[in-house]
Amino acid sequence: MPYLTKNSVKLLMKCCLLMVSVTAQISHADNGYVVNEVSEGIFFHEGVHEDATEANQGKIANVGFIIGNDCIAVIDSGGSYFEGKSLLAAIRNHSDLPICYVINTHVHPDHILGNAVFKNPQTTFVGSAKLPAAMAARGSFYETRFKEILGEAYGNAEIIAPTQLIIVGEPQIIDLGERKLTLIAFPTAHTDNDLVVLDNNTKTLWTGDLLFVERIPALDGSINGWLDAIEELKGMDIATVIPGHGPVLHQDWKAALEREKNYFILIRQQLREIINDMGTINQATENVGVSEKDKWLLFEEYHKRNVTSAFTELEWE
Amino acid sequence: MFNNILRHLLLAVSITFLLSHTAHADTKKEQMWPVLKEIYFENKTILTDADDWLILDAPSRAEDAAIVPLTLKSLKPQTAESYIKNIHIIIDDNPDPYSANFHLNPTMEQVDLTFRMRFQTYTNVRAIVEMNDGSLHMVSRFVKASGGCSAPVQKDPEAVKSRLGKMQIRMRKPELGHAVPAQVMISHPNYNGLQFDQETRRYIPEHYVKTMSVNYAEQPLFSVDMGISFSEDPSVHFTFKPTKSGVLKATVIDSNDTHYTADKTI
Repeated sequence: MPYLTKNSVKLLMKCCLLMVSVTAQISHADNGYVVNEVSEGIFFHEGVHEDATEANQGKIANVGFIIGNDCIAVIDSGGSYFEGKSLLAAIRNHSDLPICYVINTHVHPDHILGNAVFKNPQTTFVGSAKLPAAMAARGSFYETRFKEILGEAYGNAEIIAPTQLIIVGEPQIIDLGERKLTLIAFPTAHTDNDLVVLDNNTKTLWTGDLLFVERIPALDGSINGWLDAIEELKGMDIATVIPGHGPVLHQDWKAALEREKNYFILIRQQLREIINDMGTINQATENVGVSEKDKWLLFEEYHKRNVTSAFTELEWE
Repeated sequence: MFNNILRHLLLAVSITFLLSHTAHADTKKEQMWPVLKEIYFENKTILTDADDWLILDAPSRAEDAAIVPLTLKSLKPQTAESYIKNIHIIIDDNPDPYSANFHLNPTMEQVDLTFRMRFQTYTNVRAIVEMNDGSLHMVSRFVKASGGCSAPVQKDPEAVKSRLGKMQIRMRKPELGHAVPAQVMISHPNYNGLQFDQETRRYIPEHYVKTMSVNYAEQPLFSVDMGISFSEDPSVHFTFKPTKSGVLKATVIDSNDTHYTADKTI
């Protein structure tokens, strides 16, 4: 096997995986934190479809890791210091290799608040070239809010900015040892600092929050930019997709992108009509996209916000 | 009136004092108001008798903390005998609570103003209306905080910077003698001086819109002194009734004393 494992049973299971390619391997770390192996050497914890609370310890996003021959990359560190620790324990359950990279797919707290757990001279933090500025602008606000929201689980969380930066239009390749990852930064879409990670060996793509499955997408960037990003993702050669939220996808990943696209197309069209008729944000939040209500989880929590955000973008068209 | 430095100093002292007495964070907070009232209105009497004719429309939850739409509407027409002269908007728990001062006169017959503010936290927002006879009337709303990742900051600073100063006057097709809804907006980052730039290791200097004045046919409709609570790309919706042809003209001045103008002929 190309990497160390602690458990010989798992070696056997990985051979089985060759035959049952879609079957996921499930393993529990000591504290009940579950990670699934979705492609060979790629593990993720599936977040719950809730807002962050003290009870769920901020474990709401998909976070995980990729194991190469020489070292490991963490992809998003979790929504609290506690989740970061659970993730580290899960990693150590599978491998003793050093963690050479922590890649943050964007600035949101559910993806970065575990960073401090991985702070280490051997570990490089990687993100979009726009991530440091976004962290600087939001860091103190997140710190205040999430100490309130997460309570004890916030722990020793720190906002740690990346030092290896990925510029839009200039993808970089990092090598974990016989395992190359392509990192691609996107123009403003979900946020202004979105990054996706492609494992070249297995054609597995981590989309970060450019793709939400089941849970309503949360717009914190640009609706037009996000629609462009969806088109770009659809053109990629991918076998497996790990979205930012929701279950892993195989053959059906394009359909999931299509559902997300339809949501944004609908609200964009209805918003343009309201804006052209001198409507206000309040009128828009009461009327736009209400037919989408039963199609998404957490609709009540995020839909009006998406409409508000898109409104202020589209009125400059 | 207080000068700015004294005002901020007093505010800082009061806040420090208050914080040491603040109990639970999630209860509906009224603690700030007595202090703010003292700072901005001294010993004047503020009546809370206006609920049947003054409507402050605010979402119960700040869906997007960077863009919270507020509407202040009066059901009484503005007449030469009785009119709203000023509307003071106070957001109790924002870094600088005094958020706007609208100057009005009878030429705008109807008061129906919509604008957008940043909300730093869950807080009371209040509109204190000052009539031409000097009486003060207050309406208020409590706005809950939004979900966690909605920060009161810019989503795409570069996009805003690239269109800085671009202005729009938008309105429905106007007809003389009929009230028409209109909107003046300017693209501006509205830096509030509290944002830290990690690369330069400095606070981004404040650079925000200070006033917006709107005239029609050489007559002032309204002007507003804007505080740092205004959202980026400040925008005001209003309603006015053009009775003769003329030019609707908007002038915006920011904290660097840069002037921006836009106009539309009716």
